[in-house]
Amino acid sequence: MREFRYERATDAASAVALLAAESDGAFLGGGTNLVDLMKLGVATPGVLVDVRRSTSTEVIDLPDGGLRIGAAVPNADLAADRRVRERFPVLSQALLAGASGQLRNRATTGGNLLQRTRCGYFTDVTRPCNKRAPGSGCGALEGVHRNHAILGQTLEGPGTCVATHPSDMAVALTALDAVIRVLGPDGERAVPMADLHRLPGEDPSRDTTLRHGELITAIDLPALGMPSRYRKVRDRASFAFALVSIAAAVRVTDGVVADARLALGGVAHKPWRASAAEEALRGRPATEESFAAAADAELAAATPLRDNGFKVPLARNLVVRTLLQLTEGTR
Amino acid sequence: MDTEITLRVDGGTHPLTVDTRTTLLDALRERLRITSPKKGCDHGQCGACTVLLDGRRVNSCLVLAVTVDDAEVTTSDGLAEGDREHPLHRAFLDNDAFQCGYCTPGQVCSAAGVLAEARAGWPSTVTDDLTAADVDLTDDEIRDRMSGNLCRCAAYAHIVPAVAAVAEAEGVRR
Ligand SMILES: Cc1cc2nc3c(=O)[nH]c(=O)nc-3n(C[C@H](O)[C@H](O)[C@H](O)COP(=O)(O)OP(=O)(O)OC[C@H]3O[C@@H](n4cnc5c(N)ncnc54)[C@H](O)[C@@H]3O)c2cc1C
Ligand code: SF4
Ligand code: FES
Ligand code: FES
Repeated sequence: MREFRYERATDAASAVALLAAESDGAFLGGGTNLVDLMKLGVATPGVLVDVRRSTSTEVIDLPDGGLRIGAAVPNADLAADRRVRERFPVLSQALLAGASGQLRNRATTGGNLLQRTRCGYFTDVTRPCNKRAPGSGCGALEGVHRNHAILGQTLEGPGTCVATHPSDMAVALTALDAVIRVLGPDGERAVPMADLHRLPGEDPSRDTTLRHGELITAIDLPALGMPSRYRKVRDRASFAFALVSIAAAVRVTDGVVADARLALGGVAHKPWRASAAEEALRGRPATEESFAAAADAELAAATPLRDNGFKVPLARNLVVRTLLQLTEGTR
Repeated sequence: MDTEITLRVDGGTHPLTVDTRTTLLDALRERLRITSPKKGCDHGQCGACTVLLDGRRVNSCLVLAVTVDDAEVTTSDGLAEGDREHPLHRAFLDNDAFQCGYCTPGQVCSAAGVLAEARAGWPSTVTDDLTAADVDLTDDEIRDRMSGNLCRCAAYAHIVPAVAAVAEAEGVRR
């Protein structure tokens, strides 16, 4: 591990000021991802600014029935928050489906959002990887990629990358239209969840649209007012990353889909908002046929790799089953 | 880069100079010779290094020692009161919940965390009713909540009843 200086900031402004002066510095949340990557030599910050005390550890009510989540709220506390469990069950379920009890106790909301891919070439510094070492190639494209992306990849050129974003929580926040509050050297801004993470495009080294030194201070959840649910399919029942996951919320009026929000995990470089499926659902009868047609509309764009074609029917079935479960009794 | 910290572990206070790169696990084992937390994977994947940090279970291999300067660390050793073992220690013995014992201190700390989380009403991914007030630590609940602790000897079939026995005694299992 590279040597580094450790700094602690007690408020957001001083955390931002501390990092602004350090081109090779990084914020430290719970460290469950960053410390791991530092041990592997994948992350090599020269300065760590500990931000667990720079942002809020509280979840507070917003006037419209929504919630504001401090960036330092531990994943475990957020999952257990009564208001989240009652109003946004999809978020509790997504958090509880992730990592282990120990990791959730330490991991923060901000850190969870910015955790990096679990692609095995990215985490092995002896292998080619355009995300870690731009221009070195993509080991996964022709290598081990059973758990890689089926949508929105960059399949050729120097930007080639077929990695997925590993966070369960981020998939739920995408379906919930969360807004990420950010403080940077140039002041505050609000980033819609859909714009936080990026597709690899020409530059897979950047996971998000955040600029260096921008600190996530809080996440706002607008009121939802419809049933929601998270489901995750994985190789074992617990303590494993998703093969495919779904965050869904749907409202049915008189047997017709009035509103639907869908996001898929494990399928792309970012949490995948299934807008085509949402579009196909709205105004349609809440039946298995409509749900299947919506899933097909979304997955028509899939470009699976040699060894991950199974994710296409898996995602399709997951969309259908989850929508059936969520609409039981209203159909 | 050397930094001075003070670690509070199992009731003792230890001023230490550590390199900022030192993990809590290495500080405990290599510097303080407190060896009940074990190093399995060093990457958060096995749970052998589990300790309680201000009462919450965490993987000490992913925690930098400099970050816990102000927290109370409890290891499996510290759960015992003097010569009297903790009920979880007793239950692991009574249920034959280990073979080599390497994962056991981590399992015990994790189980202590599971019990505290259940008392606080925290749900898990197998909890049917997310809004339920009380937790019932069924075998399925224990399996899910303990899934961050691997046992190379596969003593799982005995670990579940060991945790269940204490859960029952504490009223978090019906
Ligand atoms: C064995 C294992 C299994 C796991 N399984 C799952 C799983 O199934 N599902 C899942 O979703 N996750 C899983 N995880 C990942 C886990 O959820 C993340 O490691 C955790 O959420 C990261 O949070 P942290 O606070 O520890 O982040 P850190 O490691 O501290 O930081 C992560 C990144 O975020 C940056 N950062 C931190 N806070 C802020 C902030 N406020 N503003 C700006 N930048 C910030 C850091 O600089 C760093 O780049 C697993 C991890 C491990 C080790
Ligand atoms: S998929 Fe992306 S992260 Fe994985 S090796 Fe290719 S470029 Fe690197
Ligand atoms: S040694 Fe810490 S989890 Fe394996
Ligand atoms: S008893 Fe040997 S690893 Fe668990």
